[in-house]
Amino acid sequence: MSAVSLTDIVKRFGDFTAVHKMSLDIAEGSFVTLLGPSGCGKTTTLRMIAGLLDPSEGEIAIKGKRVNDVPIHKRNLGLVFQNYALFPHKTVADNVAFGLNYRNVGKDDARKKVAAALDLVQLPDLGGRYPKELSGGQQQRIALARAIVIEPDVLLLDEPLSALDANLREDMRVELKRIQQRIGVTTVFVTHDQTEALAMSDQIIVMSKGRVEQVGAPEEVYNTPASEFVAQFLGASNLLSAQCTGVSDGEISVEVSGFPKLSIPRERAPKITSAGPVRLVIRAEKLHLRPAGSSVDNGLSVDATVENVDYQGQSARYFLRAGEHQMQAVNMIEDHPFATGEKVSLRLRNRDCAALPAVSES
Amino acid sequence: MGWRLIRTYTILVYLFMFLPIAVVVLLSFNANQFGSFPMTGLSTRWFETLWQNEAIMRAFRTSITLGLMTAVVSTVLGVLASLALVRYAIPGRNLITTLLIAPILVPEVVLAVALLLFLNFLNIGKSFTLLLMGHVIFTLPFVILVVQARLVSIRRDVEEAAMSLGASPRQTFFSITLPLLMPAVAAGGLFAFTISFDDITGTLFWKPGGIETVPTQIFSMLRNSISPEINALGTVIIVLTVGLPLIGAAVARKLATKSAG
Repeated sequence: MSAVSLTDIVKRFGDFTAVHKMSLDIAEGSFVTLLGPSGCGKTTTLRMIAGLLDPSEGEIAIKGKRVNDVPIHKRNLGLVFQNYALFPHKTVADNVAFGLNYRNVGKDDARKKVAAALDLVQLPDLGGRYPKELSGGQQQRIALARAIVIEPDVLLLDEPLSALDANLREDMRVELKRIQQRIGVTTVFVTHDQTEALAMSDQIIVMSKGRVEQVGAPEEVYNTPASEFVAQFLGASNLLSAQCTGVSDGEISVEVSGFPKLSIPRERAPKITSAGPVRLVIRAEKLHLRPAGSSVDNGLSVDATVENVDYQGQSARYFLRAGEHQMQAVNMIEDHPFATGEKVSLRLRNRDCAALPAVSES
Repeated sequence: MGWRLIRTYTILVYLFMFLPIAVVVLLSFNANQFGSFPMTGLSTRWFETLWQNEAIMRAFRTSITLGLMTAVVSTVLGVLASLALVRYAIPGRNLITTLLIAPILVPEVVLAVALLLFLNFLNIGKSFTLLLMGHVIFTLPFVILVVQARLVSIRRDVEEAAMSLGASPRQTFFSITLPLLMPAVAAGGLFAFTISFDDITGTLFWKPGGIETVPTQIFSMLRNSISPEINALGTVIIVLTVGLPLIGAAVARKLATKSAG
């Protein structure tokens, strides 16, 4: 039985369809991320699961029970918001204890649970403070403690890390994942940040314009994007027009002008079933720059010119021209980055390429 | 040079505004039996006669009762109206807001006559209840303005968090929204009380025979003679209408700093 299941959910606001027909099963105990740019329907979906919005069509079930007509306060969910949403007039301890007031929990029991929850988020001594006396990161930990102390059936996180500054965000990401694994609560996480999604999720649901683009494990979504949107949204990808010239059991043959012939493993091109035009996907970090003329080791090589360099410290992003193609590459810097105008040789491997049907189906 | 002129000018303006009030307060302690200069000595006799003046004390009690009831009714209605207007997508929301705020913009005499004519039309006689209704009409806008402004700043997700934790909408209102709204509710209530306590125009039109509020009582006393009692009464009213809001504002500020998010 899945912890949350959406069946043919649709959400319309007037004439605008925020979420197109969507079905989804979220396994008990898993960490599932709704990933997409703003306006893709991810928050709308989360709010429907929470009961803050009613779906226009379809059915929502939590632990096998239909909840369409169950109001939010009877759904037993933990909800964490981007802006923490702590109760400013209550102490930290009272904030965390709030949900217990509406459950049959004795006073002593409640105190123990609050202490345990504060321990879990590593802020055991802040019970007597008011929210405004805490830093953003602390407030978000308290919000998390408040949400999990009620032992929710599902934990819903709406961009919980977005309001934190960069360093803190990474710490909190690790922390959040640790806590989730520790208590094993089914978690639905909404974010527009691909790094968070890749780092934390068991399963990622990539959404765009109210539609699900791809569902899969982080590595799967990253390595084998199901659409051009996914390829471009997760990391920087090069998308090149190409021609599939043959499909065999293990691989497909792909030709790109100015490139040596490619043989892409079938599992990297699951949607290509016959010869014809395709789109070739190569991740920017899978293109390796070598000085022009250096010896080719097994891999494939394409001559290119550096048109621009975006220096980022330990790595650099190169904007390249290879024949008719403009491409991007992200490489670690060993000594010095390549310079603008420099001739280079691009190395790539067959298994780092993926192919999509030429006309994106939607 | 320019600054000195502005400073002098400002001081003069303030003197013009506050000197008469200071004179009233000063003369209320005058021992002389005429309520004017020269002062012959300090005394609290006019406060004593005031205390013993049955008509004034009755008017005082009426004003307090009326003010308190106006404050309570206005605040309750104002909070409910603000909630509806801010939290729900009501058709014609802007129009309703404008209508509710309108009594501030309409001259009070017009409002007073209009309500009176309306009552006449309905064949309803004047009564204390109607006087109360009149006061509610023109204190309500102040409550709504103050409460709405605060309500807008209370984030919706705080209420949503409370509901997700198991609080019903009603429980959420009483445990989260109302406490956060309290400074505005208190301020609105104080506004309503002082405005009601101060009002004379509407009250003159609406009050049933035999009922006097403090302002109408002073007004009728002035028609006969200027008694020093009026100075004393003026002092008491100043203390009430200036002192109360100041205390209220201080309390509100304290509540606000305690609960600021």
